[in-house]
Amino acid sequence: MNLAGAIRDLDPAQLPGKRDEDWRWTDLRGLVRVVPEPSTPVDPRDVGQGPFEHLVSASYVVANGAGDVRIEVAAGEDKTLALRLLSRGAGSHTARVEVEVAAGARLTLLETYEGDTGGYVAHASLAVSLGDGAVLERIVLAADGAEGVSVSEAEVRLGAGADYGQTVLLSGARRQRVETRVAHPGGGAKLRLDGVYLVADKRHADLTTVVTHDGTDGVTMQMAKGVVRDQARGVFQGRIVVARGADRTDARMEHHALILSDRAEVDAKPELEIYADDVACSHGNTVGALDEDALFYARQRGIPEAQARGLLTEAFIGEVIDRIAHEGARGIVRLWAAERLTG
Amino acid sequence: MLTVKDLHATVGETEILKGLSLDVPAGQVHAIMGPNGAGKSTLSYVLTGRQGYEVTQGSATLDGEDLLALNPDERAARGVFLSFQYPLEIPGVPALTFIRTALNAQKKARGEDEVAAPAFLKLAREKAAALKIDFEMLKRPLNVGFSGGEKKRMEILQMAILSPRMLILDETDSGLDIDALKIVAEGVNALRAPDRAMLVITHYQRLLDYIRPDRVHVLAGGRIAASGGPELALELEREGYDKYARAA
Repeated sequence: MNLAGAIRDLDPAQLPGKRDEDWRWTDLRGLVRVVPEPSTPVDPRDVGQGPFEHLVSASYVVANGAGDVRIEVAAGEDKTLALRLLSRGAGSHTARVEVEVAAGARLTLLETYEGDTGGYVAHASLAVSLGDGAVLERIVLAADGAEGVSVSEAEVRLGAGADYGQTVLLSGARRQRVETRVAHPGGGAKLRLDGVYLVADKRHADLTTVVTHDGTDGVTMQMAKGVVRDQARGVFQGRIVVARGADRTDARMEHHALILSDRAEVDAKPELEIYADDVACSHGNTVGALDEDALFYARQRGIPEAQARGLLTEAFIGEVIDRIAHEGARGIVRLWAAERLTG
Repeated sequence: MLTVKDLHATVGETEILKGLSLDVPAGQVHAIMGPNGAGKSTLSYVLTGRQGYEVTQGSATLDGEDLLALNPDERAARGVFLSFQYPLEIPGVPALTFIRTALNAQKKARGEDEVAAPAFLKLAREKAAALKIDFEMLKRPLNVGFSGGEKKRMEILQMAILSPRMLILDETDSGLDIDALKIVAEGVNALRAPDRAMLVITHYQRLLDYIRPDRVHVLAGGRIAASGGPELALELEREGYDKYARAA
């Protein structure tokens, strides 16, 4: 089960599929019979502007996998950077990104996945490390095309006392998955691990997270929400592991999804594995329809049905978006989400 | 203003309204009183078009226009307002946003100009002060974490801002202490006008000490069992609903 290997060797037998427990709802093995030929190169100067570029001091572009990226933020620095991963056409490609935020440094990373209408197969792998006391806010807009297959996998290592905030928004693709694995050393490190999937038509979005608490006094706050329409499918897999001895861990996971049509589907697997004794952990998980009583109330006040549904749905995911610290990014994300709710 | 004729309505398989007729002229306040289960809330939901309440016979018109042919938001735009017995909580939508969205949706439906933000804020500030509502509260999600009394005051505030023609108050006194009741009643009385009508639905006579009705109707067994002046409310308070419940 290795998408990067499957793309490198053009070998579908290496694709993850439903026999792999973590991939059973996002079965690439059963879907991709032939791994497409390598994508044709795209000139990075030829890709226009991304949604965040007016907010950043520098922008890194990886088009069709070309060019490894290494981002370093040194102690004492405070940067806001854009990272754009683009997929064009019907080929296959992989991208590698390394992000290192030194002890005491700060970074806001505004990351986008931008696909066109091609039937591409794309993989991105990110290695992110935060030094002691480093601060990183990572905002991800995953805007792949309807025919694309796109998987992003991030490995995040936190230093003691680090503060990592993440908000991922997915609008789905033929298959789309954004996976984040966080190694939590404890030592007062703080993690906010949020996500929103907004999926329509026949799209598929998979938000997967794994957090491992290895040391004491770590904090994980997770809020994931989804809105699924038409024949779309949303997947949420969230696992929090609290290792033996990781005492005074405070970990909260919430996942709530709205299903707005009879043919839409949400698959959710929230898991807490706790091997330590002195911890505060909780999780909540709901999947349901829009509250009909609230809808009638809004309509009785004169708000037409479609507008009332939009208002209530926007409010539903607004709770997640409001947690984004970077004000400019929060505004862009809110608009991005609103467009996908009314479309 | 509001004319209801021989209205029959079912919820699921059960017929709740069984030939209800009622006429509320402009400028008047009519009270509907009745025992629990008589169909008081059903009447308010049928008039506002709630899903699950099916009209099987009869008519309801507002100034001659068939209300039953309109959906809930169209009725609201025509000026029908229901103050809910249990106002809903709307998480994530600040009260000001909600009310402004409603006001502008109604105006749009009527072909009027929308109200710009500054004018709306001024209006909201004015009406909130009259109802002794802290303006800061309007920046919070509507009704979320509000007390019962605060929720009822928010209903009256919405009524004051949206300025409907036909007001239906469903058990507006329930859950209110006497001070809150006085504030709410003052708010309602301030809206009395020659071109407005009100239907005040209540189980207890107490509310009618503060909102004086022109007519009182007894709703029992799904129809109007008796009608009279304000003195009828006092008689009900003294003698209860037994006589009507039995007759139904």
